[in-house]
Amino acid sequence: MTDLAPIWLTLKLATITTLLLLLIGLPIASWLSKGRSVFKTIIEAIITMPLVLPPSVLGFYLLLAFSPQHGVGKWLQDTFDIRFVFSFQGLVLASFIYSMPFMIGPIKSALQQLPASLAQASYTLGKTKRETFLKVLLPNIKPSVLTAMVLTFAHTLGEFGVVLMIGGNIPNVTRVASIAVYDSVERMDYSSANTYSLILFSITFVMVITVFLYNKYQAKSPLE
Amino acid sequence: MISIDIEKSLKAYAGQRILKIDRKFPKGSITKIYGPSGSGKTTFLKCIAGLTTPEKGSIMVDEVLWFEPLSGINLPPQERKVGFVFQDYALFPNMTVLEHLEYATNDAAWIQRLLLIGKLETLTTHKPEYLSGGQQQRLAILRALAIKPKLLLMDEPFSALDPEMKAALIGELKVLFEELGMTVLIVSHNSGELVGMVDGELGLG
Repeated sequence: MTDLAPIWLTLKLATITTLLLLLIGLPIASWLSKGRSVFKTIIEAIITMPLVLPPSVLGFYLLLAFSPQHGVGKWLQDTFDIRFVFSFQGLVLASFIYSMPFMIGPIKSALQQLPASLAQASYTLGKTKRETFLKVLLPNIKPSVLTAMVLTFAHTLGEFGVVLMIGGNIPNVTRVASIAVYDSVERMDYSSANTYSLILFSITFVMVITVFLYNKYQAKSPLE
Repeated sequence: MISIDIEKSLKAYAGQRILKIDRKFPKGSITKIYGPSGSGKTTFLKCIAGLTTPEKGSIMVDEVLWFEPLSGINLPPQERKVGFVFQDYALFPNMTVLEHLEYATNDAAWIQRLLLIGKLETLTTHKPEYLSGGQQQRLAILRALAIKPKLLLMDEPFSALDPEMKAALIGELKVLFEELGMTVLIVSHNSGELVGMVDGELGLG
């Protein structure tokens, strides 16, 4: 019988990462979508880096940065008793950074494609920027937000290098499904590897097809 | 009285040019603004609404300074609360006709009256994508009126209406403007469409 704990751990990690990124990604995407400055361009480049950087490189630097032996990692451990290396919160942090471009990119692009006059019309009606964002802008980019959430979730499901570097392979703590696949193959346990792979494949396929169908029916709007 | 004395640089194909306007608009007056494309008509309206910022000058409305960079005054559009009819209508795709008006005001009786004026009372549950161009334009006008603004800025507000609907709507609007004591600036390309409605004209370009 295959141990399904890595699957549950992966789903938990992907859910937490997606919700956290949605919460923080929305205001960042909104900020990036307005105007152009060198500072914004640099921030955007940093956010996009995980798209092109080898995951092991990112994992390696996170491992160095949060090592409890020195620097930030030591300070976090001594002051708040928080440890990011070889722990579940470390996986969340790594996934958060690694999946950031998948959440922020689509939302930023969608906001940029909305006519500027939509927000302006709302402002002239006396509405605040926050109210305008929540009641006018956000409802009109729903398909893109959904796409961003699914991409983030699916990307987190498939993470390997970065989580292995910072989390290792501790059962029930950091042993996520992608690592379990690798580990099972290493042990010549192809049956377990197949079970994990099939579950990951099925979840990802269902999610992607759902988004494609949803966006297909939403695309009636003249803004899409 | 609305006193405007502003300078704003405009991006043009052949470099930059300066939009310079120094003009007073009496309270309750209706003024037509005309000029060739690129002469700064829309930019002028946006400067008044606080949607774009002039480089120099001042804007004073009913003895209240809305803009004067020397004193650091530049009221945001939310505090100016002008009625603004956008040339592209700027309707919210996620909202129905009724939701557009409810987003702007809580006054149900006022909403009903506006719907009758715009002849949209049977289309309250329709979203913009299911409205014709003329219906969308009327909704844009109604939404701007919903906040009962003291100053109404209209950018080509009648361009998509057929002559019959235009005449009927202009007649209704004139009554409404007078009732609310509204000062109105209307950008128009059509030389004949505002005859008998306006008290003055401002040519740009």
